[in-house]
Amino acid sequence: MMLDVDVKRRLGTFALDARFTAGGGLTALFGRSGSGKTSLVNIIAGLLRPDRGRVSVGDATLVDCERGIFVPRDRRRIGYVFQEGRLFPHLTVRQNLLYGRWFAPRSERRDGLDHVLDLLGIEALLDRRPGRLSGGEKQRVAIGRALLANPSLLLMDEPLASLDEARKAEILPYIERLRDESKVPIVYVSHSVAEVARLASTMVLLSDGAVAAAGPAAEIMQRLDLFPLTGRAEAGAIVEATVEGHDDAFGLTVLRSRAGSWRLPRLDLAPGTRLRMRVRARDVLLATAAPEHLSALNVIEGVVTQLSEAAGPIVDVRLDCSGEALLARVTRSSVDRLGLRPGTRVHAVVKSVAFDRRSLGGPMGDAADV
Amino acid sequence: MDWFALSPEEWTAVRLSIWVATVATLVSLPAGIAVAMLLARGRFWGLSLINGLVLLPLILPPVVTGYLLLILFGQKGPIGSFLAAHFGIVFSFRWTGAALACGVMGFPLMVRAIRLSVEAVDTKLEEAAGTLGANRLWVFLTVTLPLIVPGIIAGLILCFAKAMGEFGATITFVSNIPGETQTLPSAIYTFTQVPGGDAGALRLTLVSIVIAMLALVASELLARRANRRLDIE
Repeated sequence: MMLDVDVKRRLGTFALDARFTAGGGLTALFGRSGSGKTSLVNIIAGLLRPDRGRVSVGDATLVDCERGIFVPRDRRRIGYVFQEGRLFPHLTVRQNLLYGRWFAPRSERRDGLDHVLDLLGIEALLDRRPGRLSGGEKQRVAIGRALLANPSLLLMDEPLASLDEARKAEILPYIERLRDESKVPIVYVSHSVAEVARLASTMVLLSDGAVAAAGPAAEIMQRLDLFPLTGRAEAGAIVEATVEGHDDAFGLTVLRSRAGSWRLPRLDLAPGTRLRMRVRARDVLLATAAPEHLSALNVIEGVVTQLSEAAGPIVDVRLDCSGEALLARVTRSSVDRLGLRPGTRVHAVVKSVAFDRRSLGGPMGDAADV
Repeated sequence: MDWFALSPEEWTAVRLSIWVATVATLVSLPAGIAVAMLLARGRFWGLSLINGLVLLPLILPPVVTGYLLLILFGQKGPIGSFLAAHFGIVFSFRWTGAALACGVMGFPLMVRAIRLSVEAVDTKLEEAAGTLGANRLWVFLTVTLPLIVPGIIAGLILCFAKAMGEFGATITFVSNIPGETQTLPSAIYTFTQVPGGDAGALRLTLVSIVIAMLALVASELLARRANRRLDIE
């Protein structure tokens, strides 16, 4: 199933002119507020008409302005999970969930209610009304409701934006399961680097209504030239790792990745579990000699491959650590003092306590490999 | 308690009033919902003209409204003669005319109540229903309509109350014929015009108060139930 979008739309002084394709798995539409993400998914869903362009999902053309095609929203079969849930207040959770099923052709009713209840852990809520649900529960029901309409594509517009950190942590595993277990491709709108790092296989970077870059998420997030858009403070590398074991004496977990082994504050994961973690550039120090007498537990050897060319006092350095890319943020003064340039052998030092727990996620499922 | 016993004529007026007000209210309802939706959601030139037309009976002296009805819907009136010739519906000096006059007078109140609740409906919920496969009719029936039920109840009660109390337009349009067009207000008015009619007027006044109170309580209960269903916190 392939989503193909090439649209133009003027909204007041803002102009959206975006073109991208998305395959299976989870595609993140990433960009700052006002970059046109929501307008773009609204066009895909049929809530907004483009001035010009085309939208197609698989073989079905949904919009083609030149040929005068505009499939109305109720016949697009595109699931939409809104930022605010938008559950029907006058219906119970069960009625909300089954709402879309009602309108789906009988032959196409795939996912059973039981399966969705189990996938999202919402069985106990069935007889309640939306007014009595917590924010996290509402979003899970909203996801279930969209799924049960048997969409050929699922749009999620910042489904976690209105939730606090604890609620986000509650829902993220469900979205991961959804990505890996259901065959529905997902377009996920977000401006959170942590969410994208954790969930996305593919990433489309939007800036001022246009696509600035698109491709595998790990690659885009490491591109030094895109840092102004992906957000410098949050920039970092995504590392795929496996749990090797636990160091119970000190309450640590040992992970192995291509770059070497990592020690983190204990994670409740069984040895052998695969996961991905984000190592923020600002948490990485560089040394040209093997550091000694150091509190940091993680020292990874690598070679400098690229330095950002921005004029300011800060330089982002990209490293190749036995095939795994890492990013480090250092001052221009340090670059000068250490003589860093492409080819320099360095030791990257990462404090164990610096890991961004929020971005620790499961590995990409097979369906999500692009 | 003999004093309180209603005479057969008085009973007729009470029954007729309730019947006329009920018919006027229920027949107005579909049109009331349609016009309220149009006024709340419509975006076209001439909307304010329709709005003015709907509100007109509220502002005009009732006698003027009654006279306009007489001109338009009377036996010789363009609409009245057409309806009589093609559908056999006659308004002049019939209870149907009283119901029409009451309906026209109550209509602005009904539309206003429903319109306010339509405006309060979150159109984003309707969008969500659309993405789930519901076409416009189904969105209206399964989302919009259930959400405006409290407004519909309020509109029904307001319209019914107005219809029960309507006097000026009714008496101008269809006169004051006992058993056909003599509703409670007309009957009370008649009693006050004859010597010794005070007792009758007072009895019918009490009846009016009781009916008004019952309608008010009923609406309160219905609205509370509707709100509980919507789980408004």
